[in-house]
Amino acid sequence: MDNVVDARGLSCPQPVLETLNVIKKLSSGTVTVLVDSETSKENVTRAATSSGWNVEDVTEKEGAFQIILKK
Amino acid sequence: MRKNFFSSRFGIIGTGIFIGILAALLQKWGNPGNMGVCVACFDRDIAGALGLHRADVVQYMRPEIIGFVLGSCIAALFFKEFRARSGSSPLVRFVLGVFAMIGALVFLGCPWRALLRLAGGDWNAIFGILGLAVGVFAGTLFFRGGYDLGRSNSNRTGAGWIMPLIMLGFLALMFIFPQVPGEPKSGVLFYSVKGPGSMHAPLLVSLVVGLAVGFAAQRSRFCTMGALRDLFLFRQTHLFMGIVGLALAAFVTNLILGQFKPGFAGQPVAHTMGIWNFAGMALAGLAFALAGGCPGRQLFLAGEGDGDAGIFVLGMITGAAISHNFGLASSPAGVGPYGIPGVIIGFLVCIFIGFAMRKRSAVAS
Repeated sequence: MDNVVDARGLSCPQPVLETLNVIKKLSSGTVTVLVDSETSKENVTRAATSSGWNVEDVTEKEGAFQIILKK
Repeated sequence: MRKNFFSSRFGIIGTGIFIGILAALLQKWGNPGNMGVCVACFDRDIAGALGLHRADVVQYMRPEIIGFVLGSCIAALFFKEFRARSGSSPLVRFVLGVFAMIGALVFLGCPWRALLRLAGGDWNAIFGILGLAVGVFAGTLFFRGGYDLGRSNSNRTGAGWIMPLIMLGFLALMFIFPQVPGEPKSGVLFYSVKGPGSMHAPLLVSLVVGLAVGFAAQRSRFCTMGALRDLFLFRQTHLFMGIVGLALAAFVTNLILGQFKPGFAGQPVAHTMGIWNFAGMALAGLAFALAGGCPGRQLFLAGEGDGDAGIFVLGMITGAAISHNFGLASSPAGVGPYGIPGVIIGFLVCIFIGFAMRKRSAVAS
């Protein structure tokens, strides 16, 4: 039921593209995005915020970031 | 969590302005006309310095390029973003680098120089920038169709050090074999005694500017191709504001320094064949888009440990050697004898890669 986008190891613009593809299909809900670079983290949060989604939480573990998006 | 100021809107615009001012100043300090910074031209000059091509007017180990990689490397280490990674279709990226350079040398410049040429009044750059936009737009169509070069893997830290070490090696060669006035060769390095390759700011000035730009660009993720791609693909203007900042800052600095000379004819290191300015840059734009970054961005990524970006850079240096060895590169007189076939083959190769590298699920069957 949770939507997960695993964009680890993907380079620009793939993480943002895949995140937007998922959140465009949803009017509300929770989406978890996994990325493994600071750049992708910034890009995904910027794109999600400008699409009207909130960044609930960002956690880092083992060099990867887990971004929780909610709307 | 620590906030990265450079990733804000002020950060990216500030980086663009910083690069624009310094590029115009580098021209004042000795670099060729409207070429304060040009990643394609400078990679080409490095290929010449190493003797990979023997066009004697474009041979110089450009310290700006060395500084870009090392400045980015320092920023990445300082902010704990240095991460060795590779394995995302390296051979495809190499080939994209080769044809990106072939296209860029038909136009005579990378996207940075296209903006700097515009800011210096070289109206031929308008065709190049239009071509760049069309090429990047074509790239976004492939992305919409499921194009993807696949995931990279984390690698041992040493692998990430290869490109920064290559650049340190290049720098060492410049000190071991310094330029001798009037001599075309010093030890293993070639130096131009005439032409654009003979025009350069003092070594340490170029190096320090390169380090500063590399540092700022690593932090802000400055990318000229991404500026257009994000605009087309996501309607995002974040990176785009960076290139607007660069062009405006270079324009104003050029006006102040008396370097703004508007017109089509007689522009420095440029030709007036509009259609090939357009097509060369369209090929380059498509190749940059498919490879995920402009030539500058590829250097900054290589500096933070991205081996795939490093492969793209080596592809560009190889493309420069091919361009000048076999008459593909343009000159102020116009396109080279094999420039036009080179561009056509480049488009065919990029289109093949664009279709062939789609995710399985996206392939109609």
